[in-house]
Amino acid sequence: MTDTAYARGGRAIARALRNVRWYLRELTGEARWDDYLVHCTAHGHTPMSRREFERARADAAEKNPISRCC
Amino acid sequence: MSGTITTEDSGGSSSAGPATGGRGSMKSVLIWTAVAAVGAVCWTVLALARGETVSALWMLFAALCSYAIAYRFYARFITYKVLRADDKRATPAERLQNGVDFDVTDRRVLFGHHFAAIAGAGPLVGPVLAAQMGYLPGTIWIVVGVIFAGAVQDLTVMFFSMRRNGKSLGQMIREEIGIVGGIAALIAVFAIMIIILAVLALIVVNALAESPWGVFSIALTIPIAIFMGIYLRTIRPGRVLEATGIGVALLLLAIVGGGWIQDTGLGDALTLSKEWLVLALVVYGFVASVLPVWLLLTPRDYLSTFMKIGVIVLLALGLLIARPVLQAEAITDFAREGTGPVFAGSLFPFVFITIACGALSGFHALISSGTTPKMVAKESQVRLIGYGGMLMESFVAISALIAAAVIDQGLYFAMNSPAGATGGTAESAAAYVNGLGFDTSAQTLAAASAAVQEDTLVSRTGGAPTLAVGISQIFSQAFGGGGQAFWYHFAIMFEALFILTAVDAGTRVGRFMLQDTIGNVWKRFGDLSWRPGNIIASAIVVGLWGSVLYIGVTDPLGGVNQLFPLFGIANQLLAAIALTLCTVLLIKHGKLRYAWVTAIPLAWDLVVTMTASFQKVFSGDPRVGYFTQAQTYREARDAGEVLAPAQDQGQMDQIIFNSTLNGVLQAFFALLVLVVVVHAAVVITRAIRVGQLPTTEEPAVPSNLVEPAGIFPTAEEKQAIAEHERLVGAGAGTHGTFDSGSDRGRS
Repeated sequence: MTDTAYARGGRAIARALRNVRWYLRELTGEARWDDYLVHCTAHGHTPMSRREFERARADAAEKNPISRCC
Repeated sequence: MSGTITTEDSGGSSSAGPATGGRGSMKSVLIWTAVAAVGAVCWTVLALARGETVSALWMLFAALCSYAIAYRFYARFITYKVLRADDKRATPAERLQNGVDFDVTDRRVLFGHHFAAIAGAGPLVGPVLAAQMGYLPGTIWIVVGVIFAGAVQDLTVMFFSMRRNGKSLGQMIREEIGIVGGIAALIAVFAIMIIILAVLALIVVNALAESPWGVFSIALTIPIAIFMGIYLRTIRPGRVLEATGIGVALLLLAIVGGGWIQDTGLGDALTLSKEWLVLALVVYGFVASVLPVWLLLTPRDYLSTFMKIGVIVLLALGLLIARPVLQAEAITDFAREGTGPVFAGSLFPFVFITIACGALSGFHALISSGTTPKMVAKESQVRLIGYGGMLMESFVAISALIAAAVIDQGLYFAMNSPAGATGGTAESAAAYVNGLGFDTSAQTLAAASAAVQEDTLVSRTGGAPTLAVGISQIFSQAFGGGGQAFWYHFAIMFEALFILTAVDAGTRVGRFMLQDTIGNVWKRFGDLSWRPGNIIASAIVVGLWGSVLYIGVTDPLGGVNQLFPLFGIANQLLAAIALTLCTVLLIKHGKLRYAWVTAIPLAWDLVVTMTASFQKVFSGDPRVGYFTQAQTYREARDAGEVLAPAQDQGQMDQIIFNSTLNGVLQAFFALLVLVVVVHAAVVITRAIRVGQLPTTEEPAVPSNLVEPAGIFPTAEEKQAIAEHERLVGAGAGTHGTFDSGSDRGRS
């Protein structure tokens, strides 16, 4: 009984942590690389290196200033 | 269907809102009745309690229940009935997806992005200053204001911008109201931005002056951010969570380290005067604006976002655990008499001006147009992102008000009265505060500063130190272990961190605006990659806010006391411009009968800002009216006298110059807004006469996305998503890069 309750609790915690990690990776843009890989596979492209990919993203950010409010 | 006329043609059958199944189900009626009852009880306690101890939790829950009801009913009414958000229509993110600015984004992630962009120091500082009038006026305005004005503005601006491919506020005003209105709005936005940057920087300067601990930990954020930037660029590209984890750890170490160094030689070297801090901030702002973003701005933004979310969560938890008691009166005498030392003027209009961002913030209109609407996946999600995001900001403001209201009120007034009034020492400040009618003593004030390990807390104006004292009190009470000094500097660090992020992001945005505008006449200057252009434009922007900052820092009357009203009015005037645009658009779309949704907050905001501007320009009271103030000091100077708090002729001249300048700026902002409003009135009259007018709304294109509207998908939405999956099948992965993380991918 308790064993399954523990297991269920453990699974719930693991799921919550996974969700938090998913959210933070999406929020910071870290997950964009995964999306890019999925995209390349779907279209049969050879992906560029992660270094090149992140540089391209940084260059785009250079031209799109984020605004931060008061 | 040219699509350029109105939004009425779309939506069609499902106009009343999303499919809601049990719309009036017993369970939902019971839940919402309970929420309303709890809210009503909380408000009653707050309103009627006099002379007894009131827990801060009544304030917290009065606000939360009100937000819940507003979100459930009013936001829904605006989204579906007034704006007629239509999920069958593709958003610009879906139609124009390019993975850069147009990008279909998960609604919860976009909520986070949007909230991080709108929330800053404003909602933290404004309520702290407004607490001089008691906790009740502030609480009422923060809650009522956000529900009927602030969140409505953010939501409607976001919706209209989304229907126009994410056009900016300025662009929409130019195209929908007219070229003169557009130019006036552009100038207003730029000028207001300069004032905002200067006032934000002023808050940092006031928090860090003569505080080696604070200076040490804030200064270290720069190398920490640069380290993260290099880490993400060369060592482990793209591993943001990893880098931010290291950054946060280093940041906490920097806060602890400040305590170690403050009594050493390094501590003496870092005990900086306000003037040196101004210089440091100006140099920093300039360098940050011309450096590549990956090196400093982006990594620091990660840090500041994590700190922001962390502190808000901690503060909410801390309040629930510590359950502090409100020390402030519900309404102080200053509210009635307008003689408060923190800022001059009576409850109406100045409590509204001072709270500003937490209830209604014109600056949000700049973020709700442009950046965010280009990323919205489904039209109905603007309710969550626009309205919900602003409710969250209002919650931050309520927390800040609580933090200011739970500290000893003698200490509150000793901290927030300008140095000219308190005399700067614990003894003189205690005498001054006793004179105001609050209980304190020199020993109490000295003990309070010793508890947070600062030399003095007297006249630490600007709101940030007060908030930090409140937070440190709540945290050390809730999480135990004493450590008030650590929590104080933790809170200072948290505020300074995102003010600095706002300062460099703002400088950069200002620089882009300037380059773009001048680029219309001098092509080369508009090229963002042209180095000399960057440097000149950055120098102009930094020079402008730097001079206002310097004026504020050296003002004998107290910079916060003088500049904060200017900042608040400027922000609220920008809101008037945004609400004017929304009202014009509702009427042009033929929705005159719903125009009250934005017209009522607009009317209120105009009454507040115009009364405040009028008093600031024409008031005969030298404490309120800038020109009367200048005149009083001019007469005294000509008679060869020196008027307190000025100490010599030089300071007399300074006051005269500053007050005149503030008065001119104040009048100028108000005139710009009136230009926009008058032009809008002409357009509105024309539109009412013919029923509706063509607008620049993009034609409807059917959408291929199925997404939930709120945070949690409803049963119907889950079913619709499953149905869509089945129909589209393998093709689901082809549009955009979205599928991996959304509900489907995780469940």
